[in-house]
Amino acid sequence: MKAKIGDQPSSFTTIFYYLFLGIGAIISVFPFYWMFVIASNERGAASHIPPIITIGNQFINNFNRALEKTEFWTAFGNSLFVSTLVTASVVIFCSLAGYAFAKYNFKYKNFLFFFVLGTLFVPQQLSVLPTYVIMAKLQWIDTYKALIVPAMVNAFGIFWMRQYISSSVHSELLEAGKIDGAGHFRIFRTIVLPIITPSIATLGIFTYLNTWNDFFWPLVVLKDKSHYTIQIALQQLFTTRDGLDFGMIMSATFMATLPLLIVFLLFSRWFIAGLTSGAVKS
Amino acid sequence: MATTAQTSVKTAVPKRRLSERKRDNLFAYLFISPFFIIFGIFGLYPILFTIYLSFFKWDALNPMKYIGLQNYQFVLEDSIFWTSFSNTLLISVMGTIPQLILALLIAIFLNSAFTKFKQAFRVLFFMPNITSIVAVALVFSAIYSNNGMGNWLLDIFGLDAVAWNSGWWGVKIAIATMIMWRWTGYNMVIYLSGLQSIPADLYEAARIDGAGRFQQMIHITLPLLKPFIIFTVMMSTIGSLQLFTEPYVFLGQSGTSSLRSEGITMVNYLYSEAFSNSFFGTAAATAVILLVFTIMFSMINMWASNKLGGDTEG
Repeated sequence: MKAKIGDQPSSFTTIFYYLFLGIGAIISVFPFYWMFVIASNERGAASHIPPIITIGNQFINNFNRALEKTEFWTAFGNSLFVSTLVTASVVIFCSLAGYAFAKYNFKYKNFLFFFVLGTLFVPQQLSVLPTYVIMAKLQWIDTYKALIVPAMVNAFGIFWMRQYISSSVHSELLEAGKIDGAGHFRIFRTIVLPIITPSIATLGIFTYLNTWNDFFWPLVVLKDKSHYTIQIALQQLFTTRDGLDFGMIMSATFMATLPLLIVFLLFSRWFIAGLTSGAVKS
Repeated sequence: MATTAQTSVKTAVPKRRLSERKRDNLFAYLFISPFFIIFGIFGLYPILFTIYLSFFKWDALNPMKYIGLQNYQFVLEDSIFWTSFSNTLLISVMGTIPQLILALLIAIFLNSAFTKFKQAFRVLFFMPNITSIVAVALVFSAIYSNNGMGNWLLDIFGLDAVAWNSGWWGVKIAIATMIMWRWTGYNMVIYLSGLQSIPADLYEAARIDGAGRFQQMIHITLPLLKPFIIFTVMMSTIGSLQLFTEPYVFLGQSGTSSLRSEGITMVNYLYSEAFSNSFFGTAAATAVILLVFTIMFSMINMWASNKLGGDTEG
């Protein structure tokens, strides 16, 4: 633990701090819990007064209604497929590009790097129409290619890998590899890769979550029900007009959020550490 | 100066080394090429094409027709566009400013040395950020349904029920709270890492000089946290100008109602122009206007934060 900062506060201040943080933490967590409460009670539970806050036993029934209304597992599988491919490709291409920007000297390097950074500030919506037209020309509308190919490498990942590689991979190691006669890919694979595994994990989790949660672009390009990703499938449940069956909606939302929650809780340390070291310092 | 030194070194190395250097270059370009290829096709070209397209009338099927600035004129004279503009702005302000202040407070509290369970709190506060916006909008739709928990809470405090999904303020407050819930923890984590980078001896020195807790905050914490605050303000601004999913899902029960004037945002407007009405030209003009606003707001942010920073440091 760190050394004490400032004076030892009064017990009143301490209680106030904990109360504030405690209420904040409850507000952060409550919607997750409530999602499951609504998902496990009778279908009208969301509009019960006073609110129901205990877990019921109707989860299976609610979820079965969701399965009737939507191809939940198909959408789940689609999201799994798309997110996995995007993540694998982002991790490979971003670490290679980050490695080049960190450890190679080539013409226009700084200019190209600033260009990469600049693209971070361009709103996605600016390019959505022509990209849609390109997808139509390529006949990629309503295919996973439209989701995967444009997302295969991104500026944030390159920036982030560069930061990590330039601070953690020592150039002498690379020189030694070169003297031993190892090729460029071999040096990357046997020397660089083992060192940067933690940052790859972070980038991977981050990319996976973002792809899994993406809504705007899948909404634009996916047409057929059987191709929907999980987020579109969830949103479709909400638009069915026969009354709002929150029990059903929440059961599906819960099932779609649970994998993320598990992954996050397992890897939270890497995830948050990665976020803070990568996000700032620009 | 550095470049002249470099070129002189370059000419000095023997020819064999030069070719090795070229090989190195080649691999570097190979490693970075995927980004530039993908960005060129799906980023740069579409952006240029959007600007080009904004001067044409086009429905994606028939030939394009040049109409000069008429798309811009149409959008800028459309009252729905200005509603979407003011909605975006209002919701952003309502969702961002209290959120960042709250995030800063939580970070400061968490950073004080006597707070236990730091890791656990950090994880709990960050959890909302991993949920998808769709899931957030759905859960909050349940909370804000007519007889839902939101109105029950108001009732407890003796307030009248609010029509969260149709009232002018109701919709905006509902969407702003969704943004706050999802992003407070994220920004808190960034502030916390900023706070942890401030050396403890600075506070020590200030304390010896007799500076109180509040003075330490004004003269040490805030100035040193400035780059982190600028980063979060910038990201929040850019993010909230692109607000789309929350209103789309929250108001979307009956298909087109995300276009209702209480909650329509600029990107909602763009989306419906393009993909509901097939007015690709006006949608492109909207996108360009959105970019101009993004640049404008970013510049205002930079200017304001520099000015504020100057005051606290002086």
